[in-house]
Amino acid sequence: MIEAKHLIKSFDGKKIIKDVSATFEKGKTNLVIGRSGSGKTVFMKLLIGLLAPDSGEILYDGRNLPSMNKNELNALRQEMGMLFQGSALFDSMTVMENVMFPLTMFTRETRQKQEKRAKFCLERVQLKDAADLYPGEISGGMMKRTAIARAIALNPQYLFCDEPNSGLDPKTSLLIDDLIHDITQEYNMTTVINTHDMNSVMNIGDKIIFIYEGKKEWEGTKDEIMSSENKKLNDFLFASDLFRKVRELEQ
Amino acid sequence: MQFGRYVLLMQRVFAVPQRWSMFFKQVVQEIYKLGVDSVGIVIFISVFIGAVITMQVSLNINSPLIPSFTVGFITREVILLEFSSSIMCLILAGKVGSNIASELGTMRVTEQIDALEIMGVNSANYLILPKIVAFVLFVPVLVFFSMFFGILGGYFIGWFTSIISAETYEYGLQYWFSAKYIGYSILKSMVFAYIITSIASFFGYNVRGGALQVGKASTKSVVNSSVLILAADVLITLLLV
Repeated sequence: MIEAKHLIKSFDGKKIIKDVSATFEKGKTNLVIGRSGSGKTVFMKLLIGLLAPDSGEILYDGRNLPSMNKNELNALRQEMGMLFQGSALFDSMTVMENVMFPLTMFTRETRQKQEKRAKFCLERVQLKDAADLYPGEISGGMMKRTAIARAIALNPQYLFCDEPNSGLDPKTSLLIDDLIHDITQEYNMTTVINTHDMNSVMNIGDKIIFIYEGKKEWEGTKDEIMSSENKKLNDFLFASDLFRKVRELEQ
Repeated sequence: MQFGRYVLLMQRVFAVPQRWSMFFKQVVQEIYKLGVDSVGIVIFISVFIGAVITMQVSLNINSPLIPSFTVGFITREVILLEFSSSIMCLILAGKVGSNIASELGTMRVTEQIDALEIMGVNSANYLILPKIVAFVLFVPVLVFFSMFFGILGGYFIGWFTSIISAETYEYGLQYWFSAKYIGYSILKSMVFAYIITSIASFFGYNVRGGALQVGKASTKSVVNSSVLILAADVLITLLLV
């Protein structure tokens, strides 16, 4: 479980994250939604320790990230997996080498065992046949799946995904969503996803947090979101014509 | 402020590698990428500059008061003392420096460096240290190539144009020769190699933004490392002469 308590972050005197508290539970896909520029990415960077908060606590199963020393932080990071918006695969390495990288870097196992694990992860994301290809030779969806395989290689406790569906067609987006959701339950991970894809919200949102101008505006589940009375959330949700029509039909 | 950030980055770079096996593997890869790939251009430039130095010296000291072997002597001195170390490193600052800055800059803007950090890898140490070690170790080889082919270029031009005989040129090359000049040149080139790799890494690693900033970082790295190479050249010459 990850708990963020009263997080505040400013850049050049401007508050971007304004006293946000949230709890992300184990075995659930926790979605952080909000408009572009609402502070979602900064919030995620605070959670994973790429940015330091001005104040507040980030507890990973009771361990406070901002007060950790370098060694503790490195140890914690080996329990994290991250799926970046642009996949962030290493260009100079093949798909297989990308998945092998965390295993080679952090485990003392034999090369054979590392390869076996990497192959298992690639099979899990249905990319066994692309093992010898370079990131430049595969599609956007395959890149995301490779990044997921790399993220789960070390059996992480916590999985973070920043806009996992950006740039993907609806069918591939659905595939990635389902993959993340299944992996979360399979490995009992705490998963946090930044998104503004409403299909993801309705598909995999076990818990949803809506951020508006750096503040937590609403939280609930995918079953509660459509009936919410929060005006800012509704403005965001029903900006999409499709969702407006769905609501009208429901009413 | 930039200097402070450079020092902080170097503190992270000069840490014990997390995995020695990966570090050595990367050093070998960087030796190939930064060093071996530069051998061709070093040879090409050295042959032509050696030929031009020989021609220029020969044409400009055409006097009965100066012995003709002076052409070989001056060609050797210029190539050994300045060209093969300082001028060659200025050229390599363009090739190697822009390569490093753009590679690291692209890794930064495509979040590959963030991905390393999230995994708990000291990205500065993992990415930059092998480049510095590889180039500092390999640059003496490039200097040797440059010296050899520069002098050979002078020899060939004398042979082709008959501005100086092979025997006279050889006599000039051997005249008052001191082996410490080679050591001095290699020492200088190793300092310059450190400047090229660390400055280019600094600008590349700290890129913020997109493709435009990667290009700017590449230009900045070449300009700054060139200026520092020239300043270091003066300083080392003052100290070692």
